[in-house]
Amino acid sequence: MTAARPGPRRSAIGVGHTPLPLGPAFAGMLVLLYLPIVLLIVFSFNANTSLSFPLKGLTLEWYGRVFGDPALLGAARNSLVVATLAASVATTLGFAVSLAVLRFRFRGRGILLALAIAPLVVPFVVLGVALFLLFNFLDVPRSLLTVAAGHSVVALPYATLILLSRVIGLDPALEDAAMDLGATYPMTLRKVLLPLVGPSLLSAWLTSFIVSFDEVALANFLAGGDPTFPVFLYGQLRFAGRLPVLIAMAVLLMTGTIILSLLAYRLRARDSAI
Amino acid sequence: MLGRRGSLRFLAVPPFAWLILLFVVPLLLAILVSFRGERGPLDFGNLQLSAAQYQKILGTPSWLRLLGTSAGMALVVATSATLLAFPIAYFLAFRARQRAALFLVFLLVPAATSFLLRVMAWKLLLGSSGAINAFLLWIGLIHEPIGLLLYSQAAVMITLTYVWIPFAALPIYAALQRVDRSHLEAAADLGSGPWSRFWRVTVPLSLPGVLATFFMVFIPTVGEYVTPFLVGGTQGFMYGNLIQDFFSRAGNWPLGSALAVIMLLVTLGLVALALRLVDLRRAVA
Repeated sequence: MTAARPGPRRSAIGVGHTPLPLGPAFAGMLVLLYLPIVLLIVFSFNANTSLSFPLKGLTLEWYGRVFGDPALLGAARNSLVVATLAASVATTLGFAVSLAVLRFRFRGRGILLALAIAPLVVPFVVLGVALFLLFNFLDVPRSLLTVAAGHSVVALPYATLILLSRVIGLDPALEDAAMDLGATYPMTLRKVLLPLVGPSLLSAWLTSFIVSFDEVALANFLAGGDPTFPVFLYGQLRFAGRLPVLIAMAVLLMTGTIILSLLAYRLRARDSAI
Repeated sequence: MLGRRGSLRFLAVPPFAWLILLFVVPLLLAILVSFRGERGPLDFGNLQLSAAQYQKILGTPSWLRLLGTSAGMALVVATSATLLAFPIAYFLAFRARQRAALFLVFLLVPAATSFLLRVMAWKLLLGSSGAINAFLLWIGLIHEPIGLLLYSQAAVMITLTYVWIPFAALPIYAALQRVDRSHLEAAADLGSGPWSRFWRVTVPLSLPGVLATFFMVFIPTVGEYVTPFLVGGTQGFMYGNLIQDFFSRAGNWPLGSALAVIMLLVTLGLVALALRLVDLRRAVA
């Protein structure tokens, strides 16, 4: 500790201040984060197959071609199906884990919670290999269902953490009161808990949806002949001529996921600090 | 606690069953397959286990070196992403005040942008006719495009750091928000200057979030095979590419499984270390 010097306090909250231009640094970082994405969007309007400067002029041709490409549209539809299934399973199971862990005492409580979070610490390539071997051993043909099953496992930690942080803040006395008034526990869940947890359930679902919708490393091991959009994209990126159409499609889908993730964030922010 | 909630006491069964079937059993199966001496269908009546695959891996220094290289690359990526995300999170938590929510949204947009799309963006930036070369040519700094930017380890590390920054900022932001402001005021009242408050109060209190972030980036990065395939070329291949290769082209599942089991052990070892350093569960939740 240096000499005791009662420095002037700028403001009550501002005591964390360090004399650095953090605002400009933040703005600079945002520019860096957005620049590559903006560049891609620019190229999706560029009237030239080769993605290089200088630009040749503006066109909507690539966006038009997206809607005439059945393979591309099929892959996007597959991703919607897989992400919907995976998010629904992950949210249901994540809710079950949160309730089981916080409202019941049983042996293996800690193990259940640890298992539900554990997929977060296993690299996707390892889990991909393991699930590939499982489906092969069980003679389950690889399909959209196997991808959805894999995604439900990797989305479960996210759903569980979001729901756990909500349920932990709810007083069990609310449920006890409902049951004192004669409600059964399932009825209490429906009438008391569900309305309180609703926004978090939706947030968990949307977060799981986005995790699945964008996932490629695991899906690449588990998809059969019918690819999800990221798997399709991964397989096609080598072909330079296909790039503008793929990017146009990706930009369209990106707009959707950004809206969903902002929605998920707003719902979560309403329930808790973050 | 159970009491009247007893009608749902089997609530834990479905998630347990799901996780055992689709998480525990597959990993055990991969371990079992890794101990098979040869390829061919699995026959539980006649397992014939051997450590041949592991002997082969230990006898191939280039594979072990690749594991070391991948861990090194993941270390660089996780460190850079954490260090670059810290000022962002700090700005949001301490400086942005009432506009923090808006600024956070600015950060969520790149985070929600397709992973492959952002990797592609860097391929375009780093390519020989890409934006960086075009810019350098335009300002006259170089006269020929630099070919070395793309298809290198550096390209993989730059791309992955970029991909992870927005995600990395979120847990650090949450940790900084939990830093009790009265501790900082107390330090100020006791004559501590801004820098010493930062190093002696803010940083130690945010350490759990910082470490959680580090591992959140490190674990997926060490197992990467998609980004190296797209921007790394043969120079930037990682250990994950090796595993993937044995399951796609080479078709040697026992050997690929053994390589995957080694990777699993390495990551679990690091997680065990992390849990000793800090209560990760509290930092993430």
